[in-house]
Amino acid sequence: MSGATDEFEAVIGLEIHVQLSTETKMFCGCRLSFGDEPNVHTCPICLGHPGVLPVPNRRAIEYGLQIAAALECDVAPRSIFHRKNYFYPDNPKAYQISQFDIPLASNGHLGEVRIHRAHLEEDAAKMIHVGTSGRIQGSDTSLVDFNRAGTPLVEIVTEPDLTSGAQVREWGQLLRATVKQLGVSNVNMEEGSLRCDANVSIRPVGSSGLGTKTEMKNMNSFRYLERGVEAEIERQKQLVASGERVVQETLHFDPSSGELHSLRSKEESHDYRYMPEPDLVPLAPDTAMLDAAAASLPELPAARAERYHSELGIQEGAARLLSVETEWAAFFEDVLGSDESIEPRVAANWVTGEFAGELRRQGEQDPADSRVSPKSLGNLVSMVSANRVSHGSAKSVLERMVADGSDPEAIVREQGLEQISDTGELQRIVDAAIEGNAKVAEQVRGGNEKAIGALVGAVMKETRGRADGGEVTRLLRQSLGL
Amino acid sequence: MYSGDLTAATAAETADLIASGELSADECLGTWIDRAAGDELGAYLWRASRDQADAGTAKVGGPPSGVPIAIKDIFCTAGVPTTAASKLLEGYRPPYDATAVTRVRSAGLPMLGKTNMDEFAMGSSNENSAFRPALNPWDTGRVPGGSSGGSAAAVAGGLAPWALGTDTGGSIRQPAALCGIVGLKPTYGSISRYGMIAFASSLDQCGPLTVDVTDAALMLGLLEGRDEMDSTSVGIEGGVTRPQSEDLSGLVFGVPGDLIAEGVDPGVKAAFEATLGKIRDLGGRIEDVRLPHARHGISAYYVLAPAEASTNLSRYDGVRYGNRSPGSNLVDMYEETREQGFGPEVKRRIMLGTYALSSGYYEAYYGRAQRVRTMIVRDFDAAFEAVDFVVTPTSPSVAFELGEKTGDPWAMYLNDLFTVPMSLAGVPAISIPAGLAEPEGGGPGLPVGFQIAAPAFHEQKLLEASFALEGAIGFDGSKVRSGI
Ligand SMILES: [Zn+2]
Repeated sequence: MSGATDEFEAVIGLEIHVQLSTETKMFCGCRLSFGDEPNVHTCPICLGHPGVLPVPNRRAIEYGLQIAAALECDVAPRSIFHRKNYFYPDNPKAYQISQFDIPLASNGHLGEVRIHRAHLEEDAAKMIHVGTSGRIQGSDTSLVDFNRAGTPLVEIVTEPDLTSGAQVREWGQLLRATVKQLGVSNVNMEEGSLRCDANVSIRPVGSSGLGTKTEMKNMNSFRYLERGVEAEIERQKQLVASGERVVQETLHFDPSSGELHSLRSKEESHDYRYMPEPDLVPLAPDTAMLDAAAASLPELPAARAERYHSELGIQEGAARLLSVETEWAAFFEDVLGSDESIEPRVAANWVTGEFAGELRRQGEQDPADSRVSPKSLGNLVSMVSANRVSHGSAKSVLERMVADGSDPEAIVREQGLEQISDTGELQRIVDAAIEGNAKVAEQVRGGNEKAIGALVGAVMKETRGRADGGEVTRLLRQSLGL
Repeated sequence: MYSGDLTAATAAETADLIASGELSADECLGTWIDRAAGDELGAYLWRASRDQADAGTAKVGGPPSGVPIAIKDIFCTAGVPTTAASKLLEGYRPPYDATAVTRVRSAGLPMLGKTNMDEFAMGSSNENSAFRPALNPWDTGRVPGGSSGGSAAAVAGGLAPWALGTDTGGSIRQPAALCGIVGLKPTYGSISRYGMIAFASSLDQCGPLTVDVTDAALMLGLLEGRDEMDSTSVGIEGGVTRPQSEDLSGLVFGVPGDLIAEGVDPGVKAAFEATLGKIRDLGGRIEDVRLPHARHGISAYYVLAPAEASTNLSRYDGVRYGNRSPGSNLVDMYEETREQGFGPEVKRRIMLGTYALSSGYYEAYYGRAQRVRTMIVRDFDAAFEAVDFVVTPTSPSVAFELGEKTGDPWAMYLNDLFTVPMSLAGVPAISIPAGLAEPEGGGPGLPVGFQIAAPAFHEQKLLEASFALEGAIGFDGSKVRSGI
């Protein structure tokens, strides 16, 4: 079975909708909000009353240009808004104003994935279907909340450059971090300010054609999307292996059951009758706007990961991990800043390894919310580097720090965890261990070097772990004449 | 108490009477409210009480403050019924005022009422009103033209001093011509479209229907200007002033002979020729001008306008406002609401437009029509290199009888043959009364309109020439206005 299916590779493209965090909506002056009482942020324009006209939100255009710059896209000198026509209660004008044949931006990339296009559009209203069907068909009542109607969106479409669920997740997280770093969106998938659809197809390895694709809609986390995409790749491989065809359809992945459901329905076979929007003039950003967008770019995650790796010598994995989450990057840089002597590579390992792990164990997520300050973590790392505290002791100190925010110096002092750095004292303990374990010492001298472990253990027991294992071994070998 | 007949005065003259204190604004409003109350032309769909007329009107001094205005029912008026003469919007009261409405009311103009029209401005006879046809005050057996038929009938019949209309393919100029008044379609973009119920957004333009050219200039001055609420509005540089010209010396008037060669009634043709003679008398020159693609204007227009209309009118789905016809499910509700709510001409155009935008047909219809439009724009550009104005009869015929063309959409569409090219080109065009002509089959003379088009944003020049010509023509419609 696996022999046959391994001859296929997956081809995945993503469509990401990013809700911009402007003050007001895309084409009217209503405030953006999340979680407010329904239908309080509406006006004749976003309710599609007769006679109203759209006026584009300048800030949304600026945000769109920043995204275009971050994704290194070409910006169209004159991009055009179109009407995308369809009837649905969430669509008050019965057309969505979107960009069609000339998008704001195209031909970019983020990391190894090419960006096909990025364009501006408006969001639809939110619908709630009361009843068991969960859809408008068969619902008892369907309610519409127009607060969301007209929220500015940037839709980013990638080329089909991704090949696995894991890559989808990793790249998705990089994109989210990048947009977040720009400060143009909350990029919260659960609240819907970032929504991701994946187009999945498979093809024989080495072929350049594209197979029939399916579309996976609107997963609310990249982890679920990863699992959904993996499940879909597997499903398509099995279909092809058993001589069946992949049918073009829209799928929903249920993370709790791991199952894929087809969403195909009558509502989907649309002819959107795209037409240039006569109420808007072409969007022609001037040089000043383009320059401002380029100048506004902060250090973006991909660039930061590269800098951490090449300039600070941090391992690629840790560098990427730190870069993708801005709050972790900030924490890490503050740890470095707290003490010049800290080696970046060591600090990175502590931040992404022990510290992140301990936070998770204690049910925390954001390092900025932790009781541990970057300075005190830096302090702990310095103590380990100076051999004042053993690695093992340091982990238990960190556990206390995360739990109650204690100062590492105080914990070490209080618990007597400081390593025996006085060689004279350690030598006396080593000598005593050799004396008290004469037989073992003899074996070691006789060539059984493995037996030295028992002597190390005796010394560690005597010092209650406060000695550095390497130093103990060195002293033992020296004393035994090895 | 003012003893004169206000229907014999123009809006500008009335404004001067108020400004000089001879007539109080109150008295003026009372007179016109009474006139409007006697509407037997079906000109109004809604008439204001005295309080309603005044509510929202700024108390400002200076002309034309106090001269009431009738407003086509296509303009949204806050809290006041606005239907676009469609059953679908019967009972709808908009939550806001159109910019044009705000402008006239902040200049101190009370609103007399909302005037009848073809449903969603689709028609050339006002017979497509879902409520009742409007009648031509010159002969109530005939149509006033459309779609701004109610506005034209109100002004020509002495039921309002002046009125607001909208013009997409001739909807101000043609009814003005058929009713013997002045109708001006300004350059696309000179007046905000915000709050004007959209028919074909790239063509719709608001404008005045008035007794004379001076009133048209006065009204245009109030209306024009960039509006933050309309991204396509730019206003008219330098504004508009009261026209003064008395002669046309040095000006060249181009006659597109190939466009008007066929289908023009002899009486209309005679009045047109006579007006060309008046132009020469005033020192103007008449030349032939070619608009080679203008005769395809109607075909392009009847693809583009319905295409835009099909998406503009999609919002009338019964979900948020207007009349909703219940259905057993969502699609049923949409279908029933639109089936019950729209009249036959509106449905025809929605279907035409939907078809023209459908995938697979877009290029052949919408794409091609857009290219024709571009060629017509170039025709006008080239023409205005050679001449100052392009002139035609406004309409190929005088007012026709009610029901005469309702069974033949194409015959009805041909009413717009001479007005549509200017709409497609976006240039300003005015219709002024050029005299009377006997209708086909005989009978008392009916008004003929003379259309003058100018380059984009040259409204002042257009008004000056029209003013001079109007003086020479000396058309008098006051008897019809006073109802004698
Ligand atoms: Zn709004």
